[in-house]
Amino acid sequence: MSDDEMMQEGGTIKKFCYVNRKAPYGTVYALESLEVVLIGAAFEQDVSLIFMDDGIYQLKKNQDTSDSDMKNFSPTYRALEMYDVEKLYVEKESMEARGLTEDDLVVPVEVKTSKEISELMDEQDVVLSF
Amino acid sequence: MKFGIMINEGPYTHQASDTAYHFTKAALEKGHEIFRVFFYHDGVNNSTRLTTPPQDDRHIVNRWSALAEKYKLDMVVCVAAAQRRGIADADEAKRNGKDADNLAPTFRISGLGQLIEAGIQSDRLVVFGD
Repeated sequence: MSDDEMMQEGGTIKKFCYVNRKAPYGTVYALESLEVVLIGAAFEQDVSLIFMDDGIYQLKKNQDTSDSDMKNFSPTYRALEMYDVEKLYVEKESMEARGLTEDDLVVPVEVKTSKEISELMDEQDVVLSF
Repeated sequence: MKFGIMINEGPYTHQASDTAYHFTKAALEKGHEIFRVFFYHDGVNNSTRLTTPPQDDRHIVNRWSALAEKYKLDMVVCVAAAQRRGIADADEAKRNGKDADNLAPTFRISGLGQLIEAGIQSDRLVVFGD
């Protein structure tokens, strides 16, 4: 257990970090990662989400899946705030490499450099990579 | 040390389940504790008792079951991921009106909360994926 862990209401609060690295529709990882985040929210842990590599595309505005028979689950990211999941980080290098800016994303995020993301991961107790 | 194990890929196609097995076995033999093994994404396919590999190949499912039996491992298959991929125990099959079930012995089906709990309770949650 790390020194950062706090005890609250008799339960342990750990720093949980979900790392999203894959595009939203080519594989199921993004959708099933989001399911973990939503269920995990009930455990009242200290949650952070990182979007990097093609994972940035999960947050892209104006997703249209109507021709591909896939459910567009991007509105769910806007609901994360209601689950008290409010720490969303995007890796600067991944975003820039894809020609995107914060204005292209469906939710407010904090942009961090690769080095800062690395430091953020280092602070975590549990890192789940999808 | 107390480990949680997460397996995100199916058997034979990816190495993740093999590596997870060898890690888990080695940890147990060294006297470490495994809090839980959690199967997610295509990892749920490691739990079907219908798996029939060629006789000269390793039997990934039976290998997990034997390890679980020896060390009384808690091996949990995510219910949502399992339903998508046609993995069911007798209760799930009945509940969903299916005419068969295929969950191998020593595995049990439960929710994603079991994964979060493993993250909270274990000293390390080790993720095996692609």
